[in-house]
Amino acid sequence: MAASGEPTIDALGQFKLATAFGPIGASVNFTQANLLMIVAGLLTFGLLYYGMKPRAVVPGRLQAAAEMAYQFVYDMCIDQIGHEGKRFFPFVFTLFFFVLIGNLLGLLPYSFTYTSHIAITAALAVAVIIIVTAVAIIENGSHFFTEYFFPKGTPKLLAPLIIPIEIISYLSRPVSLSVRLFANMVAGHVMFEVFATFTVLLSGIAGIGWALAVLPIVVNVALMGFELLVACLQAYVFAILTCIYLHDAVHLH
Amino acid sequence: MDVAAAKALGAGIAVIALAGVGVGIGNIFSSLVSSIARNPSARDQVFGLGILGFALTEAVALFALLIAFLILFT
Repeated sequence: MAASGEPTIDALGQFKLATAFGPIGASVNFTQANLLMIVAGLLTFGLLYYGMKPRAVVPGRLQAAAEMAYQFVYDMCIDQIGHEGKRFFPFVFTLFFFVLIGNLLGLLPYSFTYTSHIAITAALAVAVIIIVTAVAIIENGSHFFTEYFFPKGTPKLLAPLIIPIEIISYLSRPVSLSVRLFANMVAGHVMFEVFATFTVLLSGIAGIGWALAVLPIVVNVALMGFELLVACLQAYVFAILTCIYLHDAVHLH
Repeated sequence: MDVAAAKALGAGIAVIALAGVGVGIGNIFSSLVSSIARNPSARDQVFGLGILGFALTEAVALFALLIAFLILFT
């Protein structure tokens, strides 16, 4: 797509990794993605630490936010997993806030979305699936393999059909979990880039170009609102699917 | 046919899948509206399910979009 001279849409350039902190960061390959992951961790920790410091009966603003965040994820665990959900609450809470703050930090100008890299979402999804499988084996022992992939009461005749389907659907979970988050973030940021490039291209038109160039900016403002929704929604979906998988692991369907 | 034209055509064909996703999302919200209209008190429970279904369906659209991006930009 190399049209010489004309400005082109460089949609994927924004996802390039660069080292942070100058030569010191470069020597240990410390990228801006790593930096933002640390920032996300510190923000979550700060919300909970400074939010819960006053321990007031009538919560202030920060304490109310911390309590709401806690309660939201806690209710999600209990609703989806059931009584056993309490044990998995710290894991789900960590995942939810890591993904949520990663998505939201990416919307700041000149920032970087670490969840737009398949390496990071895939690592999260693989961690989820390994923990789910480990929980299933610890909870149910060898019943897991017989009952999960061939539920009780299924006609024996259907076994050659059911078992491969169950195995494939189980193995495709980490793929869909990681690609969903990654694709959402990439698509959103590519759309920003495409419409921002339209502004540059339209302003090149002589005469009315400057007036026309406002239109893509308006679209980008609307997109920013949509992306805020998507950022929260995808973090929610990631967390709730983890809960659903954990429910399957504990209760075997 | 030169490569650039083939890429543009391929990206266009890749996003045909969005037709199915449009039908799916329309289905989800039509049943969400009708179920809330029948039983408004169930709104809180049904709304979350509807949004979850929307997000899962939208992901399929993004898989297709991602393929189009891969064809166009790599």
